[in-house]
Amino acid sequence: MTPLAKLLEAALFASAAPVPVDALSLMASHADDGETTLDAALDELKAHYDNEGHGVELVEVAGGWQILTRPEYTEAIERAQLAARPQRLSAAALETLAIIAYRQPIGRAEIEEIRGVGAGAILKSLHERGLIDIVGRGEGLGRPLLYGTTPSFLEQFALRHLEELPRADELAIALRAPRPATPTSPVAAATGNGEAPARAD
Amino acid sequence: MDDVISVSHGSNGSAAAATSEVFVVELAEYSGPLDLLLTLIRDEQIDIYDIPIARIAEQFLGRISSLKLDEAADYLEMAARLVRIKAQMLLPRREGEDLWEDPRAELVRRLLEYQQVREVVDVLERRSEDRRGRFARAYTQQAALIAVSRPLTISLPELLSAVDRVLRLAKKPHVHDVVPRALDVDGAIGIVRALLAIRAHAQWKDILPRKAEPWEVLSLLLALLELAKRGELRLTQPRAFAAFEITRDSSSEAA
Repeated sequence: MTPLAKLLEAALFASAAPVPVDALSLMASHADDGETTLDAALDELKAHYDNEGHGVELVEVAGGWQILTRPEYTEAIERAQLAARPQRLSAAALETLAIIAYRQPIGRAEIEEIRGVGAGAILKSLHERGLIDIVGRGEGLGRPLLYGTTPSFLEQFALRHLEELPRADELAIALRAPRPATPTSPVAAATGNGEAPARAD
Repeated sequence: MDDVISVSHGSNGSAAAATSEVFVVELAEYSGPLDLLLTLIRDEQIDIYDIPIARIAEQFLGRISSLKLDEAADYLEMAARLVRIKAQMLLPRREGEDLWEDPRAELVRRLLEYQQVREVVDVLERRSEDRRGRFARAYTQQAALIAVSRPLTISLPELLSAVDRVLRLAKKPHVHDVVPRALDVDGAIGIVRALLAIRAHAQWKDILPRKAEPWEVLSLLLALLELAKRGELRLTQPRAFAAFEITRDSSSEAA
């Protein structure tokens, strides 16, 4: 492997969370590895894990990169009590997350209107799990809190960025016409939120 | 009532009644009233753009009747909405009226929107399932989860040695030795009786030995009270805190 690929491997190994591309390219610029570019080094490391029979793999997620164990070893790892799978989210929580992911920044009232159910408790627990955050306050009565998804949301749903979610027109049924202020496409939502650091490419 | 509303599937009247009787659903299955409504529509294979409101409203009410009260509010709101739409559908409208707006339109829009949310949920579910099957390095909060996620497996010697460790670590409590000194009320009664056998009157200091131990004082006091209760003697005290007089009770003597 090239020196840069090895350096990246060490950096990714040392971090529990995905390492943002920005941080990696900063490391690459300091590393001074002549020819090798960041993308080439990442490709090299990924190929190294894929082709030489490793128990881990390099995954692009949440605007960064992360080393993860391969799915075939999950059960053995869990049986040995070295790590435990996080709990599944309820259908109600997933619905709320889906709405926030597409319509962020979005207030509680709008979420409740779409689902037809009170959302207070679910918002609280999603917030506690770090999947959503308060990203601002809306106009209007009481200046309601507005919610958006976090990098941890992308990580836990194996998304590189919000654009990876199916676009509204790719869904079987088209979403209603967007309101003037609220972005419907994940693309617009992502930029509006300052979320999901853009990749170099 | 169905005939008032245009039903796209003319044949499903009786079939629907049969299925709704057989179909028993846990209400926890629904994540909300729209979910329940969509389920009904799917089960009955109804055209979402042409919902037979009367029938659906009836089935909706049937399903929610077993709801717990605290969950029911959101469902009841939807039920009320359905009933209102049903009423609006029943209003007569003139032939050739172009401006008639289908009262179901808003409901259909919401259902479609909700259906779309469900589609995204499917995507999220698949992805999170994929991610759950991979571990990143060292999540401390997951380490904490392990402790409760599985039953504890530990051998008896391990458990005992753990208990031993804990006991040795634990501070030794300061122990007071309490020497039991039983009161001898019966003995004191004997002393008082013996004294009163000789003298009709006595004083507290007559029966109290010099340098009496507290237990002796207490025993004598209790003995006096006991004998007074039994009527063998009388206790009189001229004023508060004065020495009291012990007098043999003549009436008991007579008895």
